[in-house]
Amino acid sequence: MRRLLAVFGLTLMALPAWAQDFVSTFSLDNGMDVVVIEDHRAPAVVHMVWYRAGAADEPPGASGIAHFLEHLLFKATDDMESGQLSKVVAENGGTDNAFTSWDYTAYFQRIAADRLDLMMTMEADRMRDIQLTESDILTERDVILEERNQRTENNPAGLFGEERRAAQYLNHPYSIPIIGWKHEMQQLSMDDAMDFYRTYYAPNNAILIVAGDVTPEEVRVLAEKHYGVLEPTVDLPERARPQEPPQRAERRIKFEDPRVAQPYVIRTYLAPERDSGAQEQAAALVMLAELLGGEGATSFLGRKLQFESQTAIYTAAFYSDVSLDDTTFGLAIVPNEGISLQEAEDALDQAVADFITEGVDTEALNRLKMQMRAEQIYERDNVGSVARRYGAGLTSGLTVEDIQAWPDILQAVTEEDIIAAAEMVFDEDKAVTGWLMKPQQDAEVLQ
Amino acid sequence: MIRALFMAAALAMATVAAKAEVEIQEVTSPGGIKAWLVQENSIPFTALEIRFKGGASLDADGKRGATNLMTALLEEGAGDMDARQFAAARDGLAASYGFDVSDDAMSVSAQFLTENRDQAIELLRTALIEPRFDDSALDRVQSQVLSIIQSDEKDPEAIVGDAFARLAFGDHPYGSSINGTLATVASLTRDDMIEAKNRVMAKDRLYVGVVGDISAEELGTLLDTLLGDLPETGANMPPRADYLLTGGVTVVPFDTPQSVARFGHQGITRDDDDFFAAFVMNVILGGGGFEARLMTEVREKRGLTYGVYSYLAPRDHAELVLGQVASANDRIAEAIEVIQAEWFKVATEGVTQDELDRAKTYLTGAYPLRFDGNGPIANIMVGMQMQDLPVDYIATRNAKVEAVTLEDVKRVAARVLQPENLHFVVVGQPAGLETTN
Repeated sequence: MRRLLAVFGLTLMALPAWAQDFVSTFSLDNGMDVVVIEDHRAPAVVHMVWYRAGAADEPPGASGIAHFLEHLLFKATDDMESGQLSKVVAENGGTDNAFTSWDYTAYFQRIAADRLDLMMTMEADRMRDIQLTESDILTERDVILEERNQRTENNPAGLFGEERRAAQYLNHPYSIPIIGWKHEMQQLSMDDAMDFYRTYYAPNNAILIVAGDVTPEEVRVLAEKHYGVLEPTVDLPERARPQEPPQRAERRIKFEDPRVAQPYVIRTYLAPERDSGAQEQAAALVMLAELLGGEGATSFLGRKLQFESQTAIYTAAFYSDVSLDDTTFGLAIVPNEGISLQEAEDALDQAVADFITEGVDTEALNRLKMQMRAEQIYERDNVGSVARRYGAGLTSGLTVEDIQAWPDILQAVTEEDIIAAAEMVFDEDKAVTGWLMKPQQDAEVLQ
Repeated sequence: MIRALFMAAALAMATVAAKAEVEIQEVTSPGGIKAWLVQENSIPFTALEIRFKGGASLDADGKRGATNLMTALLEEGAGDMDARQFAAARDGLAASYGFDVSDDAMSVSAQFLTENRDQAIELLRTALIEPRFDDSALDRVQSQVLSIIQSDEKDPEAIVGDAFARLAFGDHPYGSSINGTLATVASLTRDDMIEAKNRVMAKDRLYVGVVGDISAEELGTLLDTLLGDLPETGANMPPRADYLLTGGVTVVPFDTPQSVARFGHQGITRDDDDFFAAFVMNVILGGGGFEARLMTEVREKRGLTYGVYSYLAPRDHAELVLGQVASANDRIAEAIEVIQAEWFKVATEGVTQDELDRAKTYLTGAYPLRFDGNGPIANIMVGMQMQDLPVDYIATRNAKVEAVTLEDVKRVAARVLQPENLHFVVVGQPAGLETTN
């Protein structure tokens, strides 16, 4: 089997990095940024508008308003009836939806390329001119409360995640859930929605991304016609959110719920994100997450805890590299039958220490870099994912240049960079360790 | 390779609403394995989709979960490689292999680069032909599956799916989860894995779709290398599944704030002359869009849920119309009332011409958009073959949608929708709902 691996190894390095020559960017006079991603194989487009506004931009006490507003943008405008946008999209054979995160809110339609003009007409209309009724607020608020029920209240892992995040961020608004705290969601009002809307929904706070069977020239003409005429928000606030104070003590959470079937341990560390012009450390953290806890059969944690010992049935390391402010690096272990959470956590700690001591497996790093180069080929088959990559990056403090430089920065990461990143990030005093458990009484009954 | 052995019929076709052209070639390998190919050379990789009809429903008696476990074990060691060596070889080639199984089919989905295609196929071949099913791998993956089964026992959505299936189909494989039970999975052995593989992965139930940077001739060679050593025949298909439910409500008590309800009754076969009319009718009743009746009435007008939908489920051995909704415990009864009322309304009154026109423009416009990448197109082609649809189906499909009349929808709604037989299984602490009968 060694021989087989070596033979495969020979061909790895031949793959050239593909230039991102299918991506074009420009800006409109009113400050709206535009990204065009070309794929002419099928006569379809994805049309997206991203706003640099998300849950972490919400005023205190109105958690969930960014997401609530996202729902309300499907209601009436001065030119459209409530629901008309989705109706017109469907009548033209398209699909549409939207999503909200801490750093962005985005709206998109997938549709035949020759309907792009119509999509822009409607998307530009709702950027400045929604017209809500009190009835919209009340009915749609019930919908988001049911959405919270479905995602969070009915799901102990969801509730556990909220607790851990709130413990991670003492001061930064990343501490709130995107969907909102339930007691605040119940009070969200028309004024909350319109204040957020008037401030953030403006061309100088938005990014247009069109991916598919279009040319940059076509997009420019249409974008100037529909979005170029919109008034920018002149007093757009700077996105300077309250930052975290130094963490001086480890934080630990035990979350018990009778609906927990499989207990596990998750630990997250506060970690730097990709910064414009300085993405090297984040690149090392991306590599660290993959090598340490990517897929079980190839990662270091998998080898130590799932293969060499049967401590765990699942292990993972994860890192959210795209974020406006400080992000997190995480470790997770799901213990095997008969292994306690304490034993699992101790084994996880030992494995992480071993990783730093033993150093990076050169072959594993080469394989990872090969996969990342190949991803540049595979992703041409799915321009929608390229569009999302640009949208998330551009709303999280990165520039087009940063996004295009990223693949080369990943390739340049060295073994030493990865170990240095590990030593930097695995600091107990930046950690929140969570145990998800059955109630103790239940556990005893089961034994 | 001798060119004359290929029977490659290239049929050019254009979809109706948009200009999408999918040129499908029917390829037969020198060894007699058939595949549908779309040659697409612009990106140097290929997507390959393989299906074995039968899937988890071919589990032997008392071995529920064997096919699922076997499928998960294919990448856990093959040929002279253990699980980790196999994964390292795969990553070194930047190939990806997915193995999955459902009630009616087991699937293999692969993507590989042109520059190392032969090696990627050789590696995949070892997984499909020479999986090791080592005891250590068996133990490890068994533990993972047991953990999933335990988690499903506490997950309202899994509970409601399993409960509806059990009530609807009893002892038929459709009546239980493909994961198996804690008892059956714990008892599975290496011999059971070999047996399950031989039951499921055979040439007499094989379907292949390929899209990407590969010619018909190259594909012929590839098919024989990859699949030529599979057994000729596998297990007999399971019998038809008798449907056991009648109308009513079954409450499965579970302490959680939001009730989840699954509902349905018997449906219509894929080859029924009325299938297209039924399909269009369901889009109007409960398709996923905000325009559907259920979404409009339950969510948009009343805010009772985040999502509600219905769908036709024409499986190989039974046909259902199914739907799902989730609402807070004190609101689920109202949501169910609204769904029942809409079901009755469409069954007795049909739909409006405006609704029908909008559904048609949506369906015909959306169809070409499905062909949006090598993997999705390979998937569509395999699905067409399994449903015994001709190559020219893509060109005629929208015309079939267009041909559905208001009268057709009314007739098929009256025939297919059975408000009196609609059964709701509700998991939660629903206020004002009790199990009927």
